[in-house]
Amino acid sequence: MADTVVGATPDPHAPGEDPSRRDFIHIAAGAAAVGAAAAIVWPLVDQMNPAGDTLALASIEFDLTKVEAGQQVVVKWRGKPLFVRNRTPDQIAAAVKDDHAQLRDPATDESRHKPGKANWLILVGTCTHLGCVPTVGGGDYGGWFCPCHGSHYDTSGRIRKGPAPKNLVVPDYAFLSDTKIKVG
Amino acid sequence: MSGHSTYEPKTGIERWLDTRLPIVRFAYDTAISFPTPKNLNYWWTFGGILALMLGIQLVTGIVLAMHYVPHVDYAFASVERIMRDVNYGWLIRYMHANGASMFFLAVYIHMIRNLYYGSYKAPREVLWILGCLIYLAMMATAFIGYVLPWGQMSFHGAVVITNLFGALPIIGGPITTWLWGGFAVDNPTLNRFFSLHYLLPFVIAGLVVLHIWALHVPGNNNPTGVNVKSENDTVPFHPYYTVKDGFAIAVFLLLYASFVFYNPNVLGHADNYIPANPLVTPAHIVPEWYFLPFYAILRAVPDKLGGVLLMFGAIATLFVLPWLDTSKVRSMRYRPQAKLYFWIFVLASLVLGYCGGQLPDDPVIAQPSGLMLLDADINSFVWLSRVATIYFFAYFWVILPVLGLTEKPLPMPESISEPVLSHPATTPAGAVASPEKRG
Repeated sequence: MADTVVGATPDPHAPGEDPSRRDFIHIAAGAAAVGAAAAIVWPLVDQMNPAGDTLALASIEFDLTKVEAGQQVVVKWRGKPLFVRNRTPDQIAAAVKDDHAQLRDPATDESRHKPGKANWLILVGTCTHLGCVPTVGGGDYGGWFCPCHGSHYDTSGRIRKGPAPKNLVVPDYAFLSDTKIKVG
Repeated sequence: MSGHSTYEPKTGIERWLDTRLPIVRFAYDTAISFPTPKNLNYWWTFGGILALMLGIQLVTGIVLAMHYVPHVDYAFASVERIMRDVNYGWLIRYMHANGASMFFLAVYIHMIRNLYYGSYKAPREVLWILGCLIYLAMMATAFIGYVLPWGQMSFHGAVVITNLFGALPIIGGPITTWLWGGFAVDNPTLNRFFSLHYLLPFVIAGLVVLHIWALHVPGNNNPTGVNVKSENDTVPFHPYYTVKDGFAIAVFLLLYASFVFYNPNVLGHADNYIPANPLVTPAHIVPEWYFLPFYAILRAVPDKLGGVLLMFGAIATLFVLPWLDTSKVRSMRYRPQAKLYFWIFVLASLVLGYCGGQLPDDPVIAQPSGLMLLDADINSFVWLSRVATIYFFAYFWVILPVLGLTEKPLPMPESISEPVLSHPATTPAGAVASPEKRG
């Protein structure tokens, strides 16, 4: 970089000497050009990330009284299905019993619902394999079964069999009242 | 091989133009006088067929874009309007949809031709790599294009394929969000896919220009794989190959037209005539037929990241093929062992394609054997896929590298002309004992 030989005259600023003013200008101009290019490229890249209005639609409220025991309601949240499942005591017991079974993505059933609300299981309804929507009540464990590539989830939404690597995701949500939740 | 130009401007205006922009000279040297090996067979006509298919896809695509609306609320309806109301819209859309399949059919034959006749070997490595880039761009374009009608298969296909990138550690999540422009496949995704689907064919066209440029430096390979030795081995491209390509194109168009006019939906999937519904996944998701081998490789691996890496690895392997095949003999005509392994490779690829369209756990023949191997019944498509996947990779990474060192090739002719002029039934008189030592 410091090599700025012009013509055949001996270079007074050979490598190892103090950098000349010309070297400084070269480096400064190069750095400015790189910085400017990055500053131009970043907006072109970042425009593809979720826009402000997309982010603004990120949370929903849902009335739980619509869901009978043993049923599941699917609502759309952030463009994806959200499972709201009202579990029966049998299903909860089955999930708790398997807390210490061989799990691919270990989690206790208790960690997957809000304290004292064991019957309400709120899950993002996309298979953690490649994003298909699992069907409720199917599979070997009575939870969900993904038709695309055959992943089995238990009644806690934990992955038990098949190619999916993770449990069904529990989104951020809170109980606004006993019968109302806010997701996101 | 390119030699000097033989173009002679005949009229005053051609002479005037030739000293300012020698574009007529360029066209003449490229498509008229270009010296071409005289023994090219019909497997060499697919380059011309592919150029035509790209042209058809561009023209029909630009026309469809005049009527299509890239919005989740209107996309499906606008495609149905094209089918029902736009003048000849049904014809243009069926030409475009089936044109994609014909394009892939031709490109697969073109690639298999390269594998058999060793056209990827020196000095044509760059030509081959440019072809691989075209194939990659074609796959991206085709996948994105299939999303645009916004049917059930469009939507869930887009979900599955974009989720492939989610398998990458750490950056996977942000990358999928970035690709989607939201929290799921939605309107921003459809909008950008439309933009890219319009852009990529022109990228392909640019790559095709480079591909033809890289072809015209060393010139065509030929069925013997022997270099052109003299002018006697070649004929001018026109009229010899313009006519031969033209005949092949006509036959190929018959096949294309039979799909367009008699069975335009046979290569598609009925579920794509159901509008996209993010809350319900079709029971059986399959990609278009030309992606099935890769889909089978993806599903053959029980690990998500492993499957994704292996699938992309299958495509990456093609790029390094010129350096994996150690044999100096190009054409498999003179490689009896390689020829056998080659046909098994073709079979393995077809088997993968078949497996990709089946449910992984279904039995291949009759009833499940009941014999479990690791995670699946031994008589299942997932195990058949695994066997074929192993062969697919072994062919490139083990068989071709080793065979080049161990195989004793048959005697090769001295030149392209020789087997024609002498009697091909007997060993050519000029054949040498160790043809692999020649360039």
